[in-house]
Amino acid sequence: MPVTTMPLGTPTSHQMRPSRRLFSTLGWAATGLSLLLLSVLMLWILTVVFIRGFSAISLSLFTTITQGNGGGLLNAIEGTAVLSAGALLIAVPLGVGAGIYVSEYRNSPWATTIRFLADVLVGVPSIVMGYFGYVTMIEWLGWGFSVAAGSIILAMICLPYICRTTELALEQVPGELREAGYALGATDWRVILKICLPAALPGVLTGIMLALAVSVGETAPLLYTAGWSNYLWDGRLTHSPIGYLTYAIWTFINEPFASANALAYAAAFLVTAFVLLINIVSRLVFDRLHP
Amino acid sequence: MKFRTWIAIIAGALPGSLGAVILFLAIYAWPAIRLNGLQFAIHNTWNLGNLYADPVTTGGVPIQPGAHYGILFLIVGTLLSTLIALLLAVPVGVGAAIFLAEAVSGKLRLWISFFVELLAAIPSVVFGLWGYVVLIPFLAHYVFPFFAGTLGVVIPIFAGPTGSGYGLLTAGIVLSMMIVPLIAATLRDALVAQPAAMRESAMAIGATKFETVWRVVLPSTNKVLIGASFLALGRALGETMAVLMVSGNALNYLPQNVYAPISTMAAFIVSQLDSALQDPTEMAVRSLAEIALVLCLISIIVNALARLMLLAWAPAGRPERA
Repeated sequence: MPVTTMPLGTPTSHQMRPSRRLFSTLGWAATGLSLLLLSVLMLWILTVVFIRGFSAISLSLFTTITQGNGGGLLNAIEGTAVLSAGALLIAVPLGVGAGIYVSEYRNSPWATTIRFLADVLVGVPSIVMGYFGYVTMIEWLGWGFSVAAGSIILAMICLPYICRTTELALEQVPGELREAGYALGATDWRVILKICLPAALPGVLTGIMLALAVSVGETAPLLYTAGWSNYLWDGRLTHSPIGYLTYAIWTFINEPFASANALAYAAAFLVTAFVLLINIVSRLVFDRLHP
Repeated sequence: MKFRTWIAIIAGALPGSLGAVILFLAIYAWPAIRLNGLQFAIHNTWNLGNLYADPVTTGGVPIQPGAHYGILFLIVGTLLSTLIALLLAVPVGVGAAIFLAEAVSGKLRLWISFFVELLAAIPSVVFGLWGYVVLIPFLAHYVFPFFAGTLGVVIPIFAGPTGSGYGLLTAGIVLSMMIVPLIAATLRDALVAQPAAMRESAMAIGATKFETVWRVVLPSTNKVLIGASFLALGRALGETMAVLMVSGNALNYLPQNVYAPISTMAAFIVSQLDSALQDPTEMAVRSLAEIALVLCLISIIVNALARLMLLAWAPAGRPERA
């Protein structure tokens, strides 16, 4: 006897009203186009920055300092490195510490408060942080545009990122590991610093890298805290402005000189390539950690 | 002291810095807050006064004669550019999220999502550079005249003059590109997390795949969409460099059409500090601090609301990515 099969799933075309078919087709087309639009915009930005930036890159860029509307970016590269290093120096101990607290004592009211405020702090515009830095450190403390002021403000911006990623990484450490530690008579700080933190290290480092990417890409908070300088850093923490790459992008693209514009494109290339590289590496690490 | 106490104190750096920002901005801005009163938000004149004259005392504080600090044009500029950004970013973000969650899967979904979300990692000043060099000439030469000739005939705010390309619509477009990854990523995660049974029951009563997504799965994530849009709103309100470079930095001017130059609160702080420093009474710098304080409080409120919504509504499990 022949087996007749019932049609399953989506009704076939002769059963469906044409308007429904049209709606579905148009719907998929619209969503596909949205995604295509985003990809095209992303590609557009990347091509502009990479092609124009790459043609502006030369060896002298890395060996000479900025002079007027030309020269190199050595001072800016060094400044970005110094400011970001300073920011991480402050933000890593505080951020990792906060992350440990929020993760290991997760149910205490203080931890809930901090977790929430970290999320709110991420949303405070960076220019507001910068103006706070200007008011307190430049005006009141009289430090002048300086490495110290710029780094402290960048550290405040990085802090919530490091805190939340440390928390996420520690959450992945199985509870049995902690119990085993306590069963052997280890104290709180030994369990956390010698057992949990090493186990969570890749995740914590990922967070620190992302914070580094944020601090390298920031402009607004540095304008009135770090200032700008055409010269290399003289090693002083206060009373000495310092250059950084994002300032070069902003200023030199507005100049009517080709040499100045080339500096802006080169700086944009360096910053974008660095930030994207960090994001790609972190993503690869993250995917390995959370398959 | 116990380990726990130590790290509880270290963790205090977070609330500490948030508190310090509000406190010190408020203290510094206090004379300006007293002087400006409510006029600050409803007057449309930012004027440093005659900087060469001797200060006069008004309302108990010395200011330059003729000085007036009203930021209505900044509030309007900030709200309108953010509104345009959301109007553009929400539909595109929803569309991209649907396509990523429902039409592609596995490794392909991961990699396309990652590529599109990298938009969020590009620094603000690079968006500004791209907007300044590429987008503005493109919009000013081709898109805006086309809009003015078609939409402008029917809708007055789209009518010309189309200007130089620096302005409200350009700022809105650039802002929307910066916030759309946030909306797309959050909504995509929510769509993927919806139970399969929901899709199966819709398919079982004869819905097509798209009808299932649009009428059944998407509505069940609308709270996540609202939360994510609020987060995006908060980000757009405070975005500085990109807006500074493409908005035209209008002063004391209310936009008459979508092409008109504007300025926002965040961009204004950067563009005006140098000239504000010329004011010997410091009232201009303090008024800028008042802008920063208002911006800070608005973004705290918006972000807190967004986080509360996402916390209260999101299904338990994976925390939202910052």
